[in-house]
Amino acid sequence: MSKNTVSNRFRTVDVDEYDENKFVDEEDGGENQLGPDEAEVDSLIRQGNLMEALQAVLKNPPINTKNQNVKDCAEGLVLKVLSAFKSSDVDKGVQSLDKNGVDLLMKYIYKGFETPSDNSSAVLLQWHEKALSAGGLGCIVRVLTARKTV
Amino acid sequence: MSLHQFLLEPITCHAWNRDRTQIAISPNNHEVHIYQKSGNQWVKSHELKEHNGHITGIDWAPKSDRIVTCGADRNAYVWSLKDGVWKPTLVILRINRAATFVKWSPLENKFAVGSGARLISVCYFESDNDWWVSKHIKKPIRSTVLSLDWHPNNVLLAAGSCDFKCRVFSAYIKEVEEKPGPTPWGSKMPFGAVLAEFGGAGGGGWVHSVSFSSSGNRLAWVSHDSTVTVVDGTKGSTPSQLKTEFLPLLSVLFISENSVVAAGHDCCPMLFRCDDGGSLTFVSKLDLPKASITRNISAMERFRNMDKRATTEDRNTALETLHQNSITQVSIYEGDQSDCRKFCTTGIDGAMTIWDFKLSSHCDLKKVECN
Repeated sequence: MSKNTVSNRFRTVDVDEYDENKFVDEEDGGENQLGPDEAEVDSLIRQGNLMEALQAVLKNPPINTKNQNVKDCAEGLVLKVLSAFKSSDVDKGVQSLDKNGVDLLMKYIYKGFETPSDNSSAVLLQWHEKALSAGGLGCIVRVLTARKTV
Repeated sequence: MSLHQFLLEPITCHAWNRDRTQIAISPNNHEVHIYQKSGNQWVKSHELKEHNGHITGIDWAPKSDRIVTCGADRNAYVWSLKDGVWKPTLVILRINRAATFVKWSPLENKFAVGSGARLISVCYFESDNDWWVSKHIKKPIRSTVLSLDWHPNNVLLAAGSCDFKCRVFSAYIKEVEEKPGPTPWGSKMPFGAVLAEFGGAGGGGWVHSVSFSSSGNRLAWVSHDSTVTVVDGTKGSTPSQLKTEFLPLLSVLFISENSVVAAGHDCCPMLFRCDDGGSLTFVSKLDLPKASITRNISAMERFRNMDKRATTEDRNTALETLHQNSITQVSIYEGDQSDCRKFCTTGIDGAMTIWDFKLSSHCDLKKVECN
């Protein structure tokens, strides 16, 4: 067989980038989104006030920011709060959220599924079950169809 | 409710004639079949074979009795009945992708075709040359147009598309009509102007279906992120969105000025109410399943199940809803958009169901009657 001696770097070119009709999402200013307040959430967890901690950690979601660090921090914080809940309180926690809160919680849950750690999946699955009964399948569909997520 | 199973193939789309004695459906192929009602049965009376690709849209003009069809072969045909035979006339749409949706305008002098070419083709008949001419609305559509609906003034056109937006365009063609008067959506309406644009902004999904109310002041759309949205043109332009907990809805229809029926992947039509303040609430699902009677299955049924389905259990795999698969289109059967008494749904299960309901003066839904 003949050996290819000409360069084949063209195979790594992303031709979709050069398509003039390529769909580009709208840019929403995300520079100011810093994610939930870590200090506030930590203090609430230490106090044992988990309901408030849940509300606090779901504030300021870093949806539009391009900074991956902020997103990772937020996800870690949410996971901390979710793990701190007792199994019997998970239901109450979900009930205390409004519709948008449940949607946002579901987004964090699925984000958490992407990078499983020791106990995270079990905790997340518990929360997932309760959030599903509150938000229904529509809630999960919104996680899947969201163009920008946490 | 009365269900009629046409075939096992999905019904891609359907259209009724004016007195609801005939229905034109496409069984997920290149043809349109017209069925005539005779007694309680539907009898096939015509087959319209001209398209080279799957039919994606059918609309039947009630007054002029013409059918327009559009398909994946990038063509549209206008069919007229001559001596008991439907004769097609090709319409050059000048699109380079499949057509996805077609709708006659209220006065039936034009029709609009949505396409995957990221544009809408508005076609009107030029009597000098004796053929249909098309004009394109391109900007600012950035993806496939999935659904269209005409405003009652015959000029405004709402379009839902895959770029997550619902827009109101002007499709004013000076050759066939007078200049329209001002509407809550705007007063300057040159052809192709965008009068309103909703949606996008990070969230949202493909807009599957749009519907104007009978007055034209309200616009509703359903999108793939399981939401229903209504905007009232007379009350400013903030849409009222309802995030449902169901699977995405595929088709939406105003059945009165305050009520909206939508159906989709949950195989069940749902009723929503839009109050005078413009906010949207979910009322109820319209498919109330009869309580299933659990009974012991006889030995004969057990063996039959073993034979047919290789199972010994009484596991019923049928859905509780009337439709066994997603509903793709909802249309008015009796009444009109300001006061609909019966509506019709067709879906991927190949069934057509006619739903009958009565609205009390409080606009609450009385139980769906079964006949």
